[in-house]
Amino acid sequence: MSKEATGAKRLAEGILQGGRRELAKLITRVENANPAARLALAELYPHTGRAHIVGVTGSPGCGKSTLVNEIVKQLRAAGETVGVVAVDPTSPFSGGALLGDRIRMRDLAGDAGVFIRSMASRGSLGGLARATADVVRLLDAAGFDFVLVETVGAGQAEVDIAKAAHTTIVVQAPGMGDDIQAIKAGILEIADIFVVNKADRPGAENTRKALEMMQRLGDGGNGQERHHSRPLGSGHEAAVELPPSAMRPPRPGWEVPILLTVGIEGVGTVEVIDAIRAHVAHLHDSGELQVREAARVEAELAMMLREALLADLLNKMPAEQIDVMLARVVAREIDPYTAVDHLVKAGVNGNESG
Amino acid sequence: MTKEKIRVLIAKPGLDGHDRGAKVVARALRDAGMEIIYTGLRQTPEMIAEAALQEDVDVVGMSILSGAHMAQVPRVIELLQANGMGDAKVFVGGIIPDEDIPVLKEKGVSAVFGPGTSTILIGKIIREAVLGE
Ligand SMILES: Nc1nc2c(ncn2[C@@H]2O[C@H](COP(=O)(O)OP(=O)(O)O)[C@@H](O)[C@H]2O)c(=O)[nH]1
Ligand SMILES: [Mg+2]
Repeated sequence: MSKEATGAKRLAEGILQGGRRELAKLITRVENANPAARLALAELYPHTGRAHIVGVTGSPGCGKSTLVNEIVKQLRAAGETVGVVAVDPTSPFSGGALLGDRIRMRDLAGDAGVFIRSMASRGSLGGLARATADVVRLLDAAGFDFVLVETVGAGQAEVDIAKAAHTTIVVQAPGMGDDIQAIKAGILEIADIFVVNKADRPGAENTRKALEMMQRLGDGGNGQERHHSRPLGSGHEAAVELPPSAMRPPRPGWEVPILLTVGIEGVGTVEVIDAIRAHVAHLHDSGELQVREAARVEAELAMMLREALLADLLNKMPAEQIDVMLARVVAREIDPYTAVDHLVKAGVNGNESG
Repeated sequence: MTKEKIRVLIAKPGLDGHDRGAKVVARALRDAGMEIIYTGLRQTPEMIAEAALQEDVDVVGMSILSGAHMAQVPRVIELLQANGMGDAKVFVGGIIPDEDIPVLKEKGVSAVFGPGTSTILIGKIIREAVLGE
């Protein structure tokens, strides 16, 4: 075993024994896509699957970190340990990042039952989702009862991260353009709980109403129960009027709550905790937990398989052949489909002979 | 493979409420390609050392204007050594009397940046200290 591999193994063992330094170091290796991190993750995998993972997402400045601080305080009061991953964007110009989420989480300092890690989004979207999932796994293996993941916005990366969470909280705030036009259809798909924060500000009630309206629209198109109770065809017609992304996937047995909070004063956060706990119970009782877990693993494996196969094939494809094909396609001597056929065959044949 | 990034914790120990300088440096270091974890005002040495550990930073930068440096900085270094973060480079910025600088360096501070030090220079010194150039 290489020195790096032995080191990774030792870090994994340290994590299982509650070592915080080891945990922090291994998170860094995962972030740096260090190959040794994979060995440690493999070692730790059997010890994962116990934490309840909560995603918290929303526009910058809507109060996510403030809410995370309050949620963690209450979970701690109930004796639960909590790991936090706070993701902020990397500057596309410098590659650097300013990670300020800890400013709002100062109440949590000095508590051995809490571990907070700030993460920059760094490179590709897919890369971020995978690195985040791996960091969450490390915290899970370290034995934290809850893992909270704070991410910005509702782009593809957040949707992917949300899929890896058991409970996703979408935070909105009034006066931040989070009104009916701006509310992204995608958030209906990922939200298990809506929070309208900054309820001390004017417009909070409007934001709540806008969310409620969008929910109703989504239900009209896709709500299971209603669909069944209607005469044939009418559910279908409603569905045609809405873009598919605006439709909420059916959450049988779960009514997505819309909660108002004032994060800076801790107002309404008890209700958020209650909703999280109710959702945990719902996931367990309905069997939805297994369904989600299976879907998540399937998506993850499919993605990794795709990447591995592609990398393998590209590796085996003779580089000069790619150049030749490129030139021929440019010269209109051959069409791109035929070129790809040739290249894939060349890659696969290289596989057989090698 | 992702390139490794220099991670820097920027903290304001002590009771003074001025973090303008700390924020300017934080932004400059971000623009120099580093990942900055900014912890905000009124950090105790315990909070700083624990945050440094959780964030696995290469550098701990402290901005102090209140004159509390001789009490706070050596304590942070002690705690960093105790929690396994002794390798992290420690920098101090702010208003530090000349006669205190050798004492702080003796205790393990890599460099002290007085008011008006160019942020480009700060970035360069930090990079060299971390990469051992
Ligand atoms: N008025 C008001 N301000 C809040 C509330 N919650 C958070 N804030 C403030 O909103 C700003 C952004 O909060 P933060 O938690 O950092 O938002 P994040 O970017 O979503 O993580 C900070 O200045 C907070 O003090 C609230 O309920 N009401
Ligand atoms: Mg935040």
